[in-house]
Formats: sequence, C-alpha cells, structure tokens
Amino acid sequence: MQVVKIVVTGPFSAGKTEFIQCISEIDVVSTERKISRPEERVKNQTTVAMDFGRISVADDLVLYLFGTPGQRRFDFMWEILAEGMLGFVVMLDSVRPETFREARSILDTFRAYAPVPYVVAANKQDLEDAWSPEDLRIALRIPRDVKVLPCVANNRDSVQQVLLELLFSVLELMDEEE
Amino acid sequence: MALKGNLRDFSTTQLLNLINLARKTGTLTIQARKTRSRLCFREGKLVYATLDGQDDHLAVMLQRAGKITEEQARAIQGRAEAKNDKQLGLLLINAGYVSQDDVVRSVRNYILDNVYPLFTWSEGAFQFESNVLPFEDRITIPINLENVIMEGSRRLKEWEHLQEEMPDLDVALRFADRPDVNMRDINLSVEEWRVVSFINPRNTVRQIAQYNNMSDFQIRKIVYGLLQAGLVELVRPEGAARPAPSGSAVQAPTTMRRPAVKRGVVERLIDFFQK
Repeated sequence: MQVVKIVVTGPFSAGKTEFIQCISEIDVVSTERKISRPEERVKNQTTVAMDFGRISVADDLVLYLFGTPGQRRFDFMWEILAEGMLGFVVMLDSVRPETFREARSILDTFRAYAPVPYVVAANKQDLEDAWSPEDLRIALRIPRDVKVLPCVANNRDSVQQVLLELLFSVLELMDEEE
Repeated sequence: MALKGNLRDFSTTQLLNLINLARKTGTLTIQARKTRSRLCFREGKLVYATLDGQDDHLAVMLQRAGKITEEQARAIQGRAEAKNDKQLGLLLINAGYVSQDDVVRSVRNYILDNVYPLFTWSEGAFQFESNVLPFEDRITIPINLENVIMEGSRRLKEWEHLQEEMPDLDVALRFADRPDVNMRDINLSVEEWRVVSFINPRNTVRQIAQYNNMSDFQIRKIVYGLLQAGLVELVRPEGAARPAPSGSAVQAPTTMRRPAVKRGVVERLIDFFQK
C-alpha cells in the first residue's frame, strides 16, 4: 500500500478543517475543546489536535491530508506533521488581513522544513470582502513561481483544484530534477 | 474584490507598496478617529491626496509654497469661485503670476505633505475603491510611489515596529525582478546607496551593516524601506544551512528529505482528481 501525505497549514480559522473535511472520505479526526482565549472566539469550535483526512485513490494508493493545529501554541507539532510530506497547502483567510503576517510566518517555517512544492490557497473568495489572490501575493511577498489559488474550502471542486495544482507543481519539480 | 482592513494589520507602507506593484487605479480612503485621508492613484502612481482640514484650493497650495502672498491667495479665492483649479492654473500662468513649474511643484508638495503623516498612523480603517477618481477638477500630478515609500520609511520612528518587521539580520538580499524599475530614477540617500552596493545573496544584512559601520537600527530602517518599495527581496544566504523554524521546541533537521514517491504515483493522483 502506497501512502502519500499532504499537509494543510495556515493561521487560525483560515479554513483548514473545512478544506480537509470537504474532500475526505472519512470524518475529519479532530477534537473540540472550549476556546481558551478571547481572540480565538472567531468561531464556535476549535481543533486542538491535528486534522486528519483520507482519500482512497485505489486499492494500493491512499492520500492522507494532515491539517496543522491553528493556534500558535501547538506549533511544536508542525515538524512532526511535515516529515515525509509530498507537498503542502498554505490556507489564507482572504477577508482577515490581521492574519496575513502570521500566514507569512507559517509559510517561511514550512519552507524551511523541506524542499517540497507548495501552493497558497486564498480561501473565502466567495465573500464580498475577500482580497484578490493577486493582491494577496503582493501583500505576503509570495514569489511569482508559487501558485496563489482562489479557494472556497466548502466547495469540493475548489478544493480538488487546489490539490491538483499542488500535484502539478510536484510533477514540475520532478521534471526539473530529471 | 474588496481591499479593506485596518492599518494595525496592514500598514500604510504595505498598502502603498501593494498599490504600486499591482498598478492600481482608484481611491484609497483611510479613516483614523476624526481624520479622513483620501489618496488617488492612476496605474500605481499617486496623483492626488487630501487630508481632512486641509484647504485644497490651488491658491492655498501656491501660497503655502511661497509662490504667491496671502493677500493674493485671498483675492484669487474670492474672485475665482466659478473656476476649477485647472482653469485657475492656466489663468495664473498666462497672467505671469506663476510658472507651470511653480504650479506642478506646489501641487506635488501639497500632495506629499498630505501623505507623509499617514506613515505614522498605526490605526485606521482603510478601503480602496477601484477606478473611482474624484477630484476631476483638480490638478493631478503623477508621483512614483517608490520614492514616497522610501521617504515615508525614513520618517518611520518606531524601533519596535522595525524589529517586528525584520527580526532576523542573518538573511541576505537580492534585487527584485522588476524590469520596469530603473535604479537611477530612485532617489536614495548616501547610506542607502552604500547598502545597495553590497546587495548580494552571499552577504547577510548583518555583514552589510558591519561593513558600513551601521547600527542594527540604521540597517533595519534602510532595508525595510528597500523591501517595502519592492526594490529588494529577502533570501537565505548562499551556503548557509537552513535556519531552525521559529517556535519549534525541537531543533529542526537542516534538511528534511523528500518522500520517495515515484512520478507514476503523482500521475495517478492527478488522474483521480481530474475525473
């Protein structure tokens, strides 16, 4: 059985859980606890364990999606989750500019972990106040050769497209190395 | 697409840099407590700016620039009610009171005087309206934002803010890939040019500071300005090991290996999602 791993990371409440939930064939494994700090009161429930989703591609091939914990105090788990990943997705909350700086920090951290391809998913593009992917690219100083993709995390087609683009990036890297 | 937020999350410098690089046309409105600022842009260049409480009549601009007296300004304002600034400017030039250069410089200085204070605003709601350009009857002067950002950054005083923006001096710099920018058109101070002359992926920011006998604060201010103007980018120094990720309790390995996944597996995944 071949197992492939993709990590989904990003700031608190960027939509990581919804992203994985949307495409996983199993219910996302997560644990809810009461929010402990006022600034986390953006949503009603929060995950304090990692999000985990599974997609059975074939009898001999499974894709696992791992979501990093949203709160910074759980970042010690990031290195563990990053080990062996094929690539990663950085989720951005397009309507909350106060999270951009943290997103940039998370992106830099994961880039330092492993030389694997990644894409940036500009989530919540269905909302009126969403910053455009191109504006987000400039705001976060994301290099031109990194894809910044529009995303609506509760839309299956949108989530699939983000994963596809990541896989294309993986293939491109393989081609370059050959 | 909306471009709105608050300056506490996205500074004036970052906003202007975004508008510059994206070559936006429209009006940026910033509301801070009781003061409102409006900045107009055309294809990424600043063309007009107002600040609440400022009288933006051309006569006042010329008087502030010392091109006409206070009495002349009052007289002009009293008589020229039916004329807009463009018509008034032509009249004054034709009558020999001021030159075209006087008008351009006065308007330019007025615009910049209304913009520079914004760099010290740490709080305020902003919204950018695309393709909205009020002040059609005003004289607009296209001003390159790189220079505005550099000067605004020079006026930036908070040391804590600089430290937050650039906590690590052991990174290197490289010139941003922007063929539309000619360094000769950018106005830099002597110190800034010294730093620019050392930009090389082999030199860390700390090393550049040491070569030029600059303090941490000085080099941070200069590099921050160059970054925000979109002239340079941060890179890992050539030959350096990967840095340990911030916040990790355990020292990260310098190189995490890529998984041994074959091309065929990736192609199967792509086929699966494309169905």
